[in-house]
Amino acid sequence: MSDTVSQKAKRPLSPHLQVYKLPLTALLSITHRFTGMALIFGSLIVVGFFFAAASGEEYYNMFLDYAEMPIAKVILFLWSGALYYHMCNGVRHMIWDTGALLTKASAMKANYVVLLSAALLTIGTWAMACPCWKG
Amino acid sequence: MPTVKEKNMMNSPLKTAKGLGSAHHGVEHWLSQKITALANLPLILWFICSTVSLYAKGASYEAFTAWVAQPLNTTLLVAMFISVFYHAKLGAQVVTEDYVSCGAMKKAKLIAQKLFFALITVASIVCVLKIAFTAGM
Repeated sequence: MSDTVSQKAKRPLSPHLQVYKLPLTALLSITHRFTGMALIFGSLIVVGFFFAAASGEEYYNMFLDYAEMPIAKVILFLWSGALYYHMCNGVRHMIWDTGALLTKASAMKANYVVLLSAALLTIGTWAMACPCWKG
Repeated sequence: MPTVKEKNMMNSPLKTAKGLGSAHHGVEHWLSQKITALANLPLILWFICSTVSLYAKGASYEAFTAWVAQPLNTTLLVAMFISVFYHAKLGAQVVTEDYVSCGAMKKAKLIAQKLFFALITVASIVCVLKIAFTAGM
């Protein structure tokens, strides 16, 4: 009995998440999953928008009025960022599936490419939608 | 004579022939996740570009419904919702499988998720089609 206990004690432990500083690659990996879950809630808002539009013009306009509120803008901005991050990292997952970019060093470089492309796409989309372009 | 590789294998020949692995359903889930991801990529980029352009033009009810009613847009919208929610269903399934440890609760959550994503897919398709068929009326 005591033998099993001592054997148990010698077993290597996987790093405890609470005391382990995640490397960027690991952090982005869990962020992919987290943004995926967040996007489910974001997609419900899109369905809500189509529901409003299908219910008639007054509901459509009511939805757009709510969408103009600052809190709605913040949610939409975060959602677009999460979407582009998930999209860019998803492309990286497809590249990983071919066997490329799998070393620690290339994964670290790709981390920055993913973050930068997601940021640029988010900013680009909001720049295109900016009312300042309207004449 | 079995080869060294065959001797060292933990699986029975039947298990190898079925090729379903330890998950009992092979690579089907993973492959569906990848294929829907591949479909989502152009569909969502198209959807974002379209909505941003509609928004820039003022996003009136008439403009939006007329846009939905164009056959190509109706098709792509329905395709997008099916692909996105199937992708979401597969993703949520893995999260539940990974983090919910209790057997009965896990089963219940997986069934609830399946039904939820089926319902939301039907709802989105009904809305797109209703807008498409009643636009301009």
